Amino acid sequence: MSVSEQTPVLECRNLCISYFTRAGEIPAVVDFNLKLMPGEAHGIVGESGCGKSTVALAIMNYMGKNGGIVGGEILFEGRDMRTMSGEELRRIRGSKIAMVYQEPMASLNPSMKLGEQLAEVPIYHEGVSREQAIERSQKMLASVRLPDPQRIMNSYPHQISGGQQQRVVIAMALLSNPKLLLLDEPTTALDVTVEAGIVELIKEISAKFGTSLIYISHNLGLILETCSRLTVMYSGEAVESGDIGTVFTKMRHPYTRGLFSSIPVPGADKNMRPLRSIRGQLPLPFARPTGCYFGPRCDHFVAGRCDQGILPMLPVESGSSHFVRCVRFNEIDWSRATTRSDQHAPIETGAIVLNVSDMSKHYTIESGSAVLLGAKKTVKANERITFRAREAETIAIVGESGCGKSTFAKVLMGLEGATNGKVQLGDVDLANLPVQRRSENVISRLQMIFQNPFDTLNPSHSVGSQISRVIRKFGVERDPAKVEERVNQLLDIVKLPRDFAKRRPRQLSGGQKQRVGIARAFAGDPKIVIADEPVSALDVSVQAAVTGLLTDIQRENRTTLLFISHDLSVVRYLADRIIVMYLGKIMEKGTTEEIFSPPYHPYTEALLSAVPIADTSVKKRKIVLTGEIPSPSNPPPGCPFCTRCPYVMKGICDTQVPPQREMAPRHVIACHLDEATLRAMQPVITIEPREMEAELVAGGA
Amino acid sequence: MLKLIASRLLQMVLIMGVVSALLFFIFDSDKFKKQIAVAELGGFAVSALSDQDYQNWLERKGLNVPFYERYAKWVGGILTGDLGKSYQTNEPVATLVADRLKKTGILGFWVFALMIPLSLTFGIIAGMKEGSAQDRITSFISIVTTSLPEIATAVILMSIFALWLRWLPANSAMVGGWNWLALVLPVMTLVLYDFGYVARMTRASMAEVMTSQYIRTAILKGLPYKRVILRHALRNALIAPFTIIVLQMNWLLSGVVVVEFFFQYAGFGKLLLDAALFGDIYVIQAATLVAVFVAVLSQIISDVGYSFLNPRIRFS
Repeated sequence: MSVSEQTPVLECRNLCISYFTRAGEIPAVVDFNLKLMPGEAHGIVGESGCGKSTVALAIMNYMGKNGGIVGGEILFEGRDMRTMSGEELRRIRGSKIAMVYQEPMASLNPSMKLGEQLAEVPIYHEGVSREQAIERSQKMLASVRLPDPQRIMNSYPHQISGGQQQRVVIAMALLSNPKLLLLDEPTTALDVTVEAGIVELIKEISAKFGTSLIYISHNLGLILETCSRLTVMYSGEAVESGDIGTVFTKMRHPYTRGLFSSIPVPGADKNMRPLRSIRGQLPLPFARPTGCYFGPRCDHFVAGRCDQGILPMLPVESGSSHFVRCVRFNEIDWSRATTRSDQHAPIETGAIVLNVSDMSKHYTIESGSAVLLGAKKTVKANERITFRAREAETIAIVGESGCGKSTFAKVLMGLEGATNGKVQLGDVDLANLPVQRRSENVISRLQMIFQNPFDTLNPSHSVGSQISRVIRKFGVERDPAKVEERVNQLLDIVKLPRDFAKRRPRQLSGGQKQRVGIARAFAGDPKIVIADEPVSALDVSVQAAVTGLLTDIQRENRTTLLFISHDLSVVRYLADRIIVMYLGKIMEKGTTEEIFSPPYHPYTEALLSAVPIADTSVKKRKIVLTGEIPSPSNPPPGCPFCTRCPYVMKGICDTQVPPQREMAPRHVIACHLDEATLRAMQPVITIEPREMEAELVAGGA
Repeated sequence: MLKLIASRLLQMVLIMGVVSALLFFIFDSDKFKKQIAVAELGGFAVSALSDQDYQNWLERKGLNVPFYERYAKWVGGILTGDLGKSYQTNEPVATLVADRLKKTGILGFWVFALMIPLSLTFGIIAGMKEGSAQDRITSFISIVTTSLPEIATAVILMSIFALWLRWLPANSAMVGGWNWLALVLPVMTLVLYDFGYVARMTRASMAEVMTSQYIRTAILKGLPYKRVILRHALRNALIAPFTIIVLQMNWLLSGVVVVEFFFQYAGFGKLLLDAALFGDIYVIQAATLVAVFVAVLSQIISDVGYSFLNPRIRFS
C-alpha cells in the first residue's frame, strides 16, 4: 500500500507532442506536466484545439502515423511508456489503461454483437475461456446499471440508446479492472439527464474500484462534479493547474478567469450582469505568438514582459500545488472585479406577435421491415402546443433529444405542415402554409439561425453575396450601392470586419461563421427569429460573444427570439420565458424565474438538477433519473414522463393525461400532483453567499 | 425484405414487357425487314426479288402480320417455354441462348473465382496502411490495369502469350471441341481489367474503416493487430465491395462482347452482337430478357446480402 501511495499511477514530465505535416512540425502539446496518484481524479479542461484529447491519446501512445512525442516522458507506474515495445503497449492498453470516448455509437463496432465486443477484453488480456468472459461481461453490464444485460449482450450497438451505449463502453473499459481510466468528453454527445446518470456512475466506479481518472471536458461544471484536481489548457499548453477548489475560486491565470466569466452561471443576467467573452481568437498552432500564447487576447498584457521567451509554469506560492503559466500573476489585482461590460435596462416587451394554439404535428411511419405489409404507426412529434410570444421577448423552448423542439421549428418555418391547431403570425395562419406558398413578406418576417454554422453557409459563395442575396430577395434594398451599404451595416452589427464580405465561409472560424448566419437571418428585418441551438456547436468563450450579440440586436430591432436549446444554463441567462418540452408535449411553461424556482414540474426539477454548474458556491439537490427517454413513436398513454418520474402514481400517471395546473398567471404545470405537493417542493439550486476573493487574498498573504 | 424482393420482381416483369414491346416495334419497320432479307438471301437476290416474291418471303417468315399480333404470339410462346426460332441459323432460340449462356457462365465463373480473392486481398492489404509501400504499389497496378481498355489488354496478352511465347492459342472459337487452354486469355483479360476496379474500391473501403473510431477502440482495447483486422475491420470493409462485385455480374454478361469477339469465343456477348448485326429479332429479345433478369437478380442479391452484412439495416 505504501509503495502504491508513493508511485504515481501516471506522470507526464515536460511532455511535448507534435504532428508532422507537409507544412512542417506542428506542436500540438507543449511542456505538459501531470502527476496522478492512485484513486485520484484529474480534470483537463479547455476549448477545442487546446490539445486535451491529444494528451489522452498520447498516454495511450496512439497518435496516428504523423504524430509523435518529441520531448519529455510519460511514466505509467514508474515506467517510461516511450520505451515500451508494441507488445508491451498492447498488454497495457485495455487492461491497465482504458479509455471512454466522446461518441459511444461511433466507438462501438456496428457489425459485432456487444457481448462479443465485451468478452474479447478478458479473453485477450487474461486468456480466460469464452464462457467465463461472457459471464464476467454480463456481470459488468449489471454493475454499470444496465437493465437486462442478457438482451444487451445479444444486441448490436444501434439497437440500444446513446446512454446505454456509453454504459457499455464504460463496462468494456472496466472489465479488466484498469488502474487508469481516460474519459474523453464521455457525456458530450448525451442528453443532460442521461449525462447526470453517467457522471454518477463514473463517480461510483472510481470510489468502488479505486481507479484513477483523467477526465477531459470542455465543461467546467462537469469537472467540478467529478474531479479533485484540474489542469486548464490553452493552445497546447497547460496554463493553470491545481486543486479544484483553489482554481475555481482563486484562479490566477487571465485565461482561466476569462473562461469563467464567459460561462453562464446562476446570477449572470443578460441585462444587469452580461457575460464577457474573451476577445480575439485562439491562435493557429503554427502562428502562436512568442512568450505567452494568450498574450494577444489578454487584458493584462504588458509588451516587453509577456511576449518574451518561453514562459514556465510557476507555483503560486512556494511549495503549493497550484501552478500558473503567467509572469504577471503576482502583479494583477485579482480582487478587482473584471471590467463590467455594458449594463442595460431590461427590454420592455410589446404586443403579441405569434400566437400558437393547440398546434399538433403527427408523423405516420411504416414499421416492420420483415413483414410484408408494415403496420402504420403515429409519432406524435408535437402535441397541443400552446403559447404566445410578444415583441422583443425571448422565449426558450427547452428539452432533450426527441422532445419535438426541432419539429416545432420546422412547422413554424413552413418546412412541415401542422396536423392540427393554429400558428398565428399577425393575421396569417402559418400552421398549414408551406414555405413555398408563403409570401415574401411572411418569409422575411420569420427567419432562422441554424445550429451548425459549418453546414449552413454555401461554401462557394462569398459572405457578402450570401447576405446581399437575402437583402435583395426580400426587397429591403434594390440599389446595388445601398445593398452593399446594408451588408456592411450588418457586418458591423455582428462585429465582423467589413472586408469579410469578400471572404468565403472556409476562411472563417466557427464563431465567425455563426455571426454570418446571424447577419443573414437579420438581413431581411425579421420580426421573429428562430434560433435552433445557435451556440451549442461553439466554444464557451465564443458562445458568450454570440449570445451577447443576439441580445444587442434584439434590443436594437425589438425582434422576438424563439430560442431552441437543450442547455439550461444558456436558457436561464438569455430567456424571458421558458417552455419545457418532453416527448412532444409541454410539461411546464412560465417566466425564467418561475421555471427555475419551485413549484416545479418533476421533469423540470430533474432537468435543473442534471445541469452541471461551474460554481463552487452553488449547491444542488440531487435527482438522478433512471431509465431512458421512451421512443416518440411509442410514448406512455398518460403523462409522457411517468416512466422516469420519481413522484409517479401508479394507475393515474400512466393512464390519464395530466391536467394543466396554472400555478400563477401564465405559469402552467402539466402534472397529476396536487397543487399543495407542487407548492411544497424545495429549490433545486441554492446559492451560498460567495466567499469574497479579496478576503481570501488578504487571508492568504 | 420479402416486400422488397416482390417489388423488384414486379419491376423486372415491367421492364421486360416494355423493352420487348419496344424492340418488336422497332424491328417491325420495313428497313429492318429488308435487312433480314438481305442477310439471308444476299443483297443481289433481294434486289432481284419482285414485290410478290418479297411478300411471299415475308409470309414464310411470318413477318407480314402486324407487330402486335406477332408480339402477342411471342409472349404466348414464352409462357409455354417457346422462344421462337433464330432467323439466322433457324435453331430454336432457347437452345441457342442456353448454350451461349453456359459458355459465358464458365468464363464469368473463372473471372470471379480469380478476381474476387485477388482484388479483395490486395485491396485489404493496401487499405490497412494508407500511404504505405504496399498501398502505393497496389494502387499503381490497379490504375494501370483499369485504365487500359479491354481491347488493348487483349492485344497485349495475345501477342505475348499466343504469338510470341506460343503457350496459348490465340483463337478461342474452340471449333475442335472444348479446350481449357483457350479460355485462359479471355479470362486473364477480364480479370486484369476488373481487378483494378474492385481492388481500388476495397482499398478505399478498408482505408475508411481503419480510420474509424471503432477500430481505434479495438486497438486501444489491447487486441492483437490480427484480431483487429480480421474480426473488426474486415467485415465492415467488405460491405461496399460486396455490392460492387455482385453488380459486376451485369457487366460480365454483356460487357464481355469485346473480349468474346476478339478471341472469337462463342459466348453470350458474341451472340448478342451477331444477332444485333443480323436483326435476328427473336434472339435479341431472348437475350434482352436474360440481361434484364440478371440485372435485377444481381440487384436483389446485393440488397439482400447488404442487409445481412450490415446489421444496422437488418434490424432497423
